[in-house]
Amino acid sequence: MTERASEIVKFDNVGLRYGADQEVLSDLSFTLFPGSFYFLTGASGAGKTSLLKLLYLSQRPSRGGIRMFGRDMITLPRAELPKFRRRLGVVFQDFRLVDHLSAFDNVALPLRLAGTDEARVNKSVSDMLDWVNLSHRADALPETMSGGEQQRVAIARAVIARPQLLIADEPTGNVDPDMALKLLRLFEALNTRVGTTVVVATHDVHLIQKVPDSLIMRLSKGRLSDPTGALRYPPARIATATTPRKPGQQRDPFQSEGSA
Amino acid sequence: MSKERAAIDPKQAARLLPKTRFGGPMPWVIAILIALVVVSAAGGLALSNLAKTARADLAQAVTVQIIEADPSLRSERAQAAAAALSSQPLVTSLRVVPQDELAALLEPWLGSSAGSQDVPIPALIDVELSAEAGPEQLASLQAALDRAVSGAKIDAQSVWLAPVYSALAALQWLALALIALVAVATAGAVWLAARNSFANHSETVEIIHLLGGTDGQITRVFQRTVMVEALFGALLGTALGSLIVWALGRQFAALDSGMVGGATLGLSEWLVIAAIPLAGVLLAILTARITISLALRAML
Repeated sequence: MTERASEIVKFDNVGLRYGADQEVLSDLSFTLFPGSFYFLTGASGAGKTSLLKLLYLSQRPSRGGIRMFGRDMITLPRAELPKFRRRLGVVFQDFRLVDHLSAFDNVALPLRLAGTDEARVNKSVSDMLDWVNLSHRADALPETMSGGEQQRVAIARAVIARPQLLIADEPTGNVDPDMALKLLRLFEALNTRVGTTVVVATHDVHLIQKVPDSLIMRLSKGRLSDPTGALRYPPARIATATTPRKPGQQRDPFQSEGSA
Repeated sequence: MSKERAAIDPKQAARLLPKTRFGGPMPWVIAILIALVVVSAAGGLALSNLAKTARADLAQAVTVQIIEADPSLRSERAQAAAAALSSQPLVTSLRVVPQDELAALLEPWLGSSAGSQDVPIPALIDVELSAEAGPEQLASLQAALDRAVSGAKIDAQSVWLAPVYSALAALQWLALALIALVAVATAGAVWLAARNSFANHSETVEIIHLLGGTDGQITRVFQRTVMVEALFGALLGTALGSLIVWALGRQFAALDSGMVGGATLGLSEWLVIAAIPLAGVLLAILTARITISLALRAML
């Protein structure tokens, strides 16, 4: 199956309702382009999490069409969903760590589910835990970790397999400003070096301002508005170039492969 | 790009669900059910052996009874009847049961008077036949006896044993039905346990799904847990059931009865019993697989 290079996600007049209730999302039509960085904003209850659920294939829409990676997700057989989910990285708002697995094993999960050999798993997970300053907590269970630590584990798990599409729901809500900035740089590195399309749902205006080239999608009462033209035009910024590392800046975990 | 294999490493897969350490009821329920199957199967197989032995011993035999009050006349008639039967092609061997032997057999009921001449005891001839005798053959033997002596009567042992055979067959069917019911109960117990386990770990299952885990990977994890617990329960149940069978066998052996002596278990029967835990574990795995697959299909 060949993918259209110009789009990674395409929503066409999508609506979503739970049961017989009113639609929580209505008439969503937009395209996400490879290598772009999007912020999804909107008030609580605007439908951000519902839209993210559609993106990370946890929910099918009530109407409309969704294409991802060149395939129609509406008619995609259930058995083929895992193949597409492995191309996604998701940071859930409530982290959704597996309680009985250590931080290391939680981060290793996507690689192990994909059948990656253990030597590579050990190397990648150690590097990633080091990046999010959690090497000393590798053996800790989630219940013994603070909210911020759990959030960093969740982020490490989402990016460990270098996904094509990263979806993050309030990913910096429980960390201090320095760590929030560092995590944002991790997303940017993934975006620029690996070419991952990033969608971050957030209320944090300061966070949005930290990524000047980003595109903004605003949800209001289940409908999208388009303050930056993200939905009307193919974005100019496609991550084909690498961002030069500043002197003294810590190497990000994607540098060795992404910049090669 | 990393080298990818078709499935998650089994050691890692085992860690996806928390270890239950036999905390649930499933292994213990399976142990009890397997013990019941072992006892039922052993009983059914022993009854089958008993019926076979009894048929082999008795179906090709008849007893001739000579009723005559006068002891000397009775003895003469017994000898004449034996001579008449000897010439019959169906008869392979015969034995006139000695009067002392008959008296000893009847002594528990008649006391010491059983051996006196005052109590008329019929003469008996045990006759072995070359094949099971049907009504026509029995009529032919009776006619030959009637020509030789009067007052001789043939008892085909297969005729009076027919109700016993029917009862044994009914007991074997009962054992089979019991095994089938226990198999259904085992599948039910595993189904409930698997559903319960799935519900308890639905959050983990959903996370694994969203991270790209396949139904096959998730099913295998649950299957493995069920297999370990079922294996533990099956081995425990087999040990318990075998102990009961052994104890019952000793009790029956102590009866020292000729008929019960045929109800023994040979190597092939013990092999069948040894296959029970294996069948139980396979049934549990299959049930868990179906249960989890159906539950997963309800998820996206």
